[in-house]
Amino acid sequence: MNEKYSDRSGVEPADRHAGPGYSTLVAVWAALVALTGLLVLVSRAGQGAAVWGLLLITPLKASLVFYFFMHLKYEGLLLKTVLAVALCTLVVFFTLLFADTAFH
Amino acid sequence: MSAAGHPSFLDDTGPRKGVLAWILSTDHKRIGLLYLYASLGFFFAGALIGLVMRLVQLDRFHHLVGAQTYNALFTVHGVVMIFLFVIPGLPAVFGNFMLPLLIGAQDVAFPRLNLASWYFYMAGAAIALASLFLGHGPPDTGWSFYAPFSLRTGTNVTLAVFGAFVLGFSSMLTGINFITTIHRLRAPGMTWFRMPLFPWSIYATSWIQVLATPILATTLMLVMLERIAGVGIFDPARGGDPLLYQHMFWIYSHPAVYIMILPAMGVITEILPTFARRTIFGYKAIAFSSIGIAAVGSLVWGHHMFTSGMSPFANLLFSLLTMIVAVPSAIKVFNWTATLYKGSIDFQPPLLYALTFIFLFSIGGLTGVMQGALAVNVHLHDTYFIVGHFHYVMFGGTGFGFFAALLYWFPKMFGRMYSKTAAWIAWVPMFIGFNMLYFTMLVLGLEGMPRRYYNHLPVFNTGHEVATVGSWILVLGLVIFFANLAYARFYGAEAGPAPWGGSTLEWTTPSPPPVENFPEPPVVTRGPYVYGLGARP
Amino acid sequence: MNLEAVLPHEHRDDFAGKLGMWLFLLTEILFFSGLFLCYSYLRAKYPADFHQAGSDMNVVLGVANTIVLLTSSLTLAAGIVAIQRRRRRLALGCVLATILLGLVFLVDKAVEWTAEIHHGLYPGASHLARQPPGVQVFFGLYYTMTGLHGLHVIAGISVLSVMAVWVARGRIEPDRPLALENSGLFWHLVDVVWIFLLPLFYLAA
Repeated sequence: MNEKYSDRSGVEPADRHAGPGYSTLVAVWAALVALTGLLVLVSRAGQGAAVWGLLLITPLKASLVFYFFMHLKYEGLLLKTVLAVALCTLVVFFTLLFADTAFH
Repeated sequence: MSAAGHPSFLDDTGPRKGVLAWILSTDHKRIGLLYLYASLGFFFAGALIGLVMRLVQLDRFHHLVGAQTYNALFTVHGVVMIFLFVIPGLPAVFGNFMLPLLIGAQDVAFPRLNLASWYFYMAGAAIALASLFLGHGPPDTGWSFYAPFSLRTGTNVTLAVFGAFVLGFSSMLTGINFITTIHRLRAPGMTWFRMPLFPWSIYATSWIQVLATPILATTLMLVMLERIAGVGIFDPARGGDPLLYQHMFWIYSHPAVYIMILPAMGVITEILPTFARRTIFGYKAIAFSSIGIAAVGSLVWGHHMFTSGMSPFANLLFSLLTMIVAVPSAIKVFNWTATLYKGSIDFQPPLLYALTFIFLFSIGGLTGVMQGALAVNVHLHDTYFIVGHFHYVMFGGTGFGFFAALLYWFPKMFGRMYSKTAAWIAWVPMFIGFNMLYFTMLVLGLEGMPRRYYNHLPVFNTGHEVATVGSWILVLGLVIFFANLAYARFYGAEAGPAPWGGSTLEWTTPSPPPVENFPEPPVVTRGPYVYGLGARP
Repeated sequence: MNLEAVLPHEHRDDFAGKLGMWLFLLTEILFFSGLFLCYSYLRAKYPADFHQAGSDMNVVLGVANTIVLLTSSLTLAAGIVAIQRRRRRLALGCVLATILLGLVFLVDKAVEWTAEIHHGLYPGASHLARQPPGVQVFFGLYYTMTGLHGLHVIAGISVLSVMAVWVARGRIEPDRPLALENSGLFWHLVDVVWIFLLPLFYLAA
């Protein structure tokens, strides 16, 4: 197979074993559970607070899963950019859709 | 069987022989040809339906079919052409065949996934075509399946929509494959900015395939759930909103048109330097404009919905963004023109069809900008003007881009040369017929002829007659064009590795290429379009 | 120039496998996001109805399922660490724990759906059809989104079962556990989707 890795991000041997240890994982899990509890509390504080909770706490939880459980923290720029592109696309879709719904 | 006598990918050198050696092959070149034969078959079927539609608009033949059948005809014409030919065509055929060759690789990143993509394509096609014959008959909603009619009509919408859903997987997996291929398998020394511009266009296209197609999958799945299980998302009777359907549908289907056009633009960018014997003008501008078209093209979907009840603010925003998206396309047209300037022109058939692309696509693009103006759109929406516009870009653009790619890479793919005279001769009725057919539609639309109508007022008779005659002339040209290639496939004169004097990597390997593409892995030390002294690869 | 890369030889490109998997995950993210787009559009249209329908949801089960999935992500991530540290039996235990938690999730879901169907809150039910339109839409979205998510949980469990067999048979190499990592990426994404589903449906009241 003829191969040339012109994007070497992520394949250096040092990266292969870079990753969270057990204690990091458990700490992240604990944070996620705590954030879930916080989310439930906040959502009981009224509609406005519930929406803010959704918009702030939930992406934070997702980020913890992406960064630690899915190893994104330890990956190179390419994979981070790949995910960022998807998230930017979503922001665009929601914003432009909101441009319609907000003014109905 | 290869013409040159050396073993090529066309010969069965592995353990399997015959048909099995093709439909189980993970060789990107064979998969490209599988896509080619299938998609051309669908193109001919779709064209046939188009011919019948045009015939029915003549008074003499108007009652050949009834109104219900006519609705089914334009629906199936759209579904077949868009989902089975225009969207997959260039990426699946020429992306598959040429991408690895252009970047000096042996194959794509995931060859087995590549074959699986072809099976998804064929399965989706089979399901969509089955909807023509089973149950309550072919769908009559138009290829856009607008709610609530698509939720309530008794025709086979569910099956057709499921076919499109399956086809989406082919598109997404191909996109994943090509992105990974371009990142990981470029030949040693081929930096991003030494990569030819067709791979750049495939890269941008693949990103759209990955990001936009899933939204279509969601939309189609919801239509199926509404029809089967009574889930109410789009149906107002169940609290749903038909405008939401349009948003969801066009969030995919607008970027889809850039899936259709970007590879075609990439083909033109490959052809012009070869036949102008000059390097491309503005390499980086063209590369970045491909990315720009993909990016901005995701922001404009609302321009299909100006008259549907969106808020005025959304209308304004989408209209403005639509004007902006024309800019990167225009950049390409300027750069192509500049490439020809002071070039040493070798006027071969691929160049003829490439120039035709630029002309026809420009008309299509400009009519698109017209439609982007809100006040104009009110009058033009759902008229034949729109039909003319999108045929100029999809057929005059992607279609002619496909033809140009065939003419350019045919000798490489099959090791034979076709009759250049026949290619010129075919062009004449194709060009005349095309413009008779579709320019007339622009005029009809401006005069108020609605689209997707079985009947028309007598005042539009002349326009329809001109268009229909144009369709016959166009088809005559297509017949000559493909007869030429079909004959050459078996009896054409032997072609060498670089019959056009092209300077990109695919021309350094024999025609047809051997299975492993390059007997020696190429090492790249320069950019893609270098002509003149010292222009060795 | 890297001569080693020029000469042909058998070599697996693990990074390509990982990149391909991430790109596939993007399609899954966008697929679910399509449904989130529908949710946000329709919630903006029926804010009061969504609030009312949300009060019919079982918050306790929803939160419990969230904890179950979060824990399953922990066990799977730990399993990959274990494989890298050559603790094969521990890794196998982690993968099996993940599968078990996935099954617990599905059982919870089945209980929940059964209760809701029993109360006539399902698409096509006459009881639901008499509710305000926004409530109907809420439940339509609820079944669609949690159902689709559930299908992905089933798919994930199936893949992880194969991984469990591979781990047990020593087919996952400690230095390049690509298949297990990619399976993990899929499973974690299923978890992320649920993280977003929780507030949308269970905390809407």
